[in-house]
Amino acid sequence: MTALTALRRKDLLAIADLSPEEISLVLDTAEAMKEVGERPIKKVPALRGKTVVNLFYEPSTRTRTSFEIAEKRLSADTLNIAVASSSVVKGETLADTALNLEAMHPDMIVLRHSSSGACHLLARICKSAIINAGDGTHEHPTQALLDAFTIRERKKKLKGLKVAIIGDLLHSRVLRSNIQLLTKMGSDVWVCGPPTLIPAGISRFGVRATSSIDEAVADADVVMLLRIQLERMEGAYFPSLREYFSVFGMTEARLRQAKPDVIIMHPGPMNRGVEIASEVADGPYSVILDQVANGVAVRMAVLYLLAGGANDEAAA
Amino acid sequence: MPVVLDADRIGRTLTRISHEIVERNRGVEDLVLIGVRTRGDHLARRLARTLRDISGQDIPTGALDITLYRDDLMRQAVGPRAIVRKTEIPFSIDGRRILLVDDVLYTGRTTRAALDALIDFGRPKNIQLIVLVDRGHRELPIKADYVGKNLPTSLEESVQVYLEESDGRDEVVLQPGGEQGGAA
Repeated sequence: MTALTALRRKDLLAIADLSPEEISLVLDTAEAMKEVGERPIKKVPALRGKTVVNLFYEPSTRTRTSFEIAEKRLSADTLNIAVASSSVVKGETLADTALNLEAMHPDMIVLRHSSSGACHLLARICKSAIINAGDGTHEHPTQALLDAFTIRERKKKLKGLKVAIIGDLLHSRVLRSNIQLLTKMGSDVWVCGPPTLIPAGISRFGVRATSSIDEAVADADVVMLLRIQLERMEGAYFPSLREYFSVFGMTEARLRQAKPDVIIMHPGPMNRGVEIASEVADGPYSVILDQVANGVAVRMAVLYLLAGGANDEAAA
Repeated sequence: MPVVLDADRIGRTLTRISHEIVERNRGVEDLVLIGVRTRGDHLARRLARTLRDISGQDIPTGALDITLYRDDLMRQAVGPRAIVRKTEIPFSIDGRRILLVDDVLYTGRTTRAALDALIDFGRPKNIQLIVLVDRGHRELPIKADYVGKNLPTSLEESVQVYLEESDGRDEVVLQPGGEQGGAA
């Protein structure tokens, strides 16, 4: 039995750190976790006595709720810290906040922060396991894992699939995590957006970049739309939202160029009528709500695999 | 490595247990089989086949993974963690008589975990325990209702169960000394 049974790390900071075997382990474990969520009593005692702090420096409904449900289904004690009501507003630094939290001995900290690299900083100074729930424009590893889980559930594989990722490529941490994950697992990844929103040198990551949506969508197995992140845009990247929709918005007509069994994904929150037409978001190809449902199972898997895992390695 | 049970004896043992099940329960009414993953699952499916041959009725059969209920989950100092596999109990266990199937009964801790897991699925009428091998050394007050073979062992020995479905052959082996992972 040489199959991998644990993550070889204390923290989950980025997909870039994970091996394909570790990714498969998370996805396989998530399948078992999904079944737990379908039971009459949706709770197992696996993380009983563990304390998990959800430290969110950016607004989030989906990710925070998803982590909290995952923690509760595993019987962990959870604590939510929303920044608006914390001492951050009194000027405390991230490192000081983390060290003060750590003094109360949590086992894991789930961190969402607007600065890229915030999770790496915490991982260096904290004994607790750090789980990245999105850091700036860097990575959002659990989102990429739940996207991969959803694709695998529908397509039974990741290897060889054409995945078109369309939208705000420049500001998207979801894109960076998905590119890392999907290229590691052998998918054929295409990225598409206005030239102003395509990061320079993105093809070095093993993806094909285009500003032609027809080229991106043609024969795609998976079409993933990314939100236009107006809150992160300081300049004018395109003339207007209406023009963006007319050139890059996903409509039923454009979707017809994809494979007949294409699936449509969106990490949320959606801007209907900007990156995606309502008929597509609510249409038969959409797996957007499956992504949300699968998020809980994938986060349960990550929490379970990280809880105590690094200590095992250290002792071994 | 002494072979304790060979393929023929495993087959005969399961047939004998099937008859005991029918006798004790006066039929197969309300019975369901639930195997503890992974080898208990294979044994449960075999018992379902013999019970169908005997009674002509299909017994609902499910599989239970107890990893998330283990009491040593976060205590293991070294060694690989168990992989969590899917639990599949696609029927209600309320009011049913559960035949819980495992390959080896040893400390009783796996059975304890399985009982806790089952209680989270509903309120069965009763739970009966079936094991292929009882090797003794209980650490909890747990006793099997149907035993394939009582096998006195020392703590240093280990019992390996090999089944066609997962290992390509049917055999129970007693290994002297050293821990070798496995089912026990």
